[in-house]
Amino acid sequence: MTTSLIMGQPAPLSSARGEPRRRRWDRWLPAMVLLAPSLFFLVLFTYWPVARVVGQSLLVGRFSGDNTIGLGNYQRLFADPHFTRAAWNNLVYALGTIVPSLIFALAFALGLREATRLNTLLRTLVVMPLLIPLVAAAALFSFLLLPGDGLVDFYLARFGLGMVNWLGDPDLALGSVIAITVWKNTGYYMLFFLAGLAGVPQELLDAAKIDGAGPWRRLRSITLPMLGPTFAFVVPVALLNALTQVDHIVTLTLGGPSDATSLLLYYIYQQAAQNYDFGLAAAATVVSVAVLLAVSLISFRLLERGTHYES
Amino acid sequence: MRADGRLLSLLAVSAAALLWAVPFAWMAVASLRPGIPADIASLTPAGPFGLGNFVEAWKSGSFPLWYLNTLIMCGGILLVQLVTISMAGYAFARLRFPGRDLLFSAFLLQLLLIPPLLIVPNLATLVSLHLYDTLLGIMAPYFASAFGVFLMRQTFRAIPRDYEEAAMLDGASIAALIRHVLLPLARPGLVAFAIVSLTAHWNEFLWPLMAVSSPKNQVLTVGLASFASGAEAGSAWGIVAAGTFLVAAPLLILFLIFQRRFVSSFVLSGIK
Repeated sequence: MTTSLIMGQPAPLSSARGEPRRRRWDRWLPAMVLLAPSLFFLVLFTYWPVARVVGQSLLVGRFSGDNTIGLGNYQRLFADPHFTRAAWNNLVYALGTIVPSLIFALAFALGLREATRLNTLLRTLVVMPLLIPLVAAAALFSFLLLPGDGLVDFYLARFGLGMVNWLGDPDLALGSVIAITVWKNTGYYMLFFLAGLAGVPQELLDAAKIDGAGPWRRLRSITLPMLGPTFAFVVPVALLNALTQVDHIVTLTLGGPSDATSLLLYYIYQQAAQNYDFGLAAAATVVSVAVLLAVSLISFRLLERGTHYES
Repeated sequence: MRADGRLLSLLAVSAAALLWAVPFAWMAVASLRPGIPADIASLTPAGPFGLGNFVEAWKSGSFPLWYLNTLIMCGGILLVQLVTISMAGYAFARLRFPGRDLLFSAFLLQLLLIPPLLIVPNLATLVSLHLYDTLLGIMAPYFASAFGVFLMRQTFRAIPRDYEEAAMLDGASIAALIRHVLLPLARPGLVAFAIVSLTAHWNEFLWPLMAVSSPKNQVLTVGLASFASGAEAGSAWGIVAAGTFLVAAPLLILFLIFQRRFVSSFVLSGIK
């Protein structure tokens, strides 16, 4: 994105009459008129809310009328074991969803690279989960993972494997939720890997092959480095998803059993919608936004550094 | 030897892709099996089959209302977005003004600060604007779209400036310029954006859940959640499958018909 930001604008439309500096300010009014509608909604629902939630988080004393300014909400937040659990879970969830989805996505992209009729059909199967709501995926998996009668146990029983309480066992629940997310998002990332692979020159791979490089070596030394820009886009998107998509938690596990599947945004939702503790919810929002901004910035920087741009 | 390897990898990737489709296969099969069969998990049951679950689901949920609300929400968001992103995209692509790059970066912040994350302050804003529990309240935070502005900026940049200058020289009015030159040329960008926006909002859950309280304002995803938990309590899995199918079908069908369009739009959403 930074590269396109820097790319300059072509010369002004009309001939160069008048002071350049003045002309630039003359453009300011029409630009503002064009930007005003977007800016209006951005201020109202993006910028102002950030300021507002910081304010909300600093307002202490929700029962008596006289609120004071202080860090009380943050003290309560960091002392709350439910919050620390949600933060830890979110870390596990982020790693547990991103790493396997990217590996699967890349494997699918490599395997389905050639656009044969069969491959196109198989690609469709992998992309389909992207098109359905996460709550619909949750509804399907609530049956697939049902202990005993559910589809997974039904077919596992044929191999003599017993009943597993996939969503009810605190040791398995987060893993099950992770599996749902991996199933849902892999197809999306695969599309980007497919697009990225199209940019890897076949001659380069062929030349390496002639030089005796095996498939693994070609992947490591040519394909993966050339997919740098793809990773630089997909990883931040996957991180954003890990922090902002909790629909399946809300409908399927309610954060349970015993907080095993509670994530940061679910914790915020719980404080706001169930406990009406807006001070705590606001403080948790500020922490989440800070984490999101920091993590995106870092991942973007790191990946950008390892990226090779053409021209 | 080499051919064997290729065959093996084809088999592996086919098996994996088929495994990926199992939840859909179950949804389709189970939705067509009336009653509460003991082997409801089976992907290859003997029958009987019928449309009873769909009738039941349609009756016990408020599907017509949910479809209508979802259409109004998605359509409303998209209509306003198309106006705001075209205007802003044009400004960033064509006009040179002080602070432009800084402002553009500020726009892009919205890619991260999405409404579900800002539930707490945005709910307070909706209440003070008297928009809580209205469809307009669900829509409003999406009326500006950083992604759309970015996409339209790229689109307008790709249109040669000469076209506009020629039209201006011919004495075309601004309105004519927009209608006959800019919009037709910007159409691919607008279509791509429309597909991404429609998919995102059709599937969204948490924000519509929070922004609305009365059943008459519920959208499909929110309706499905309450509907499914009711049917699950009665172990009516066939009805759950049918209800899920009803919610997912419109986009899935559109996707299967316009697959190329969808895929290229999604990929465009990751343009750098």
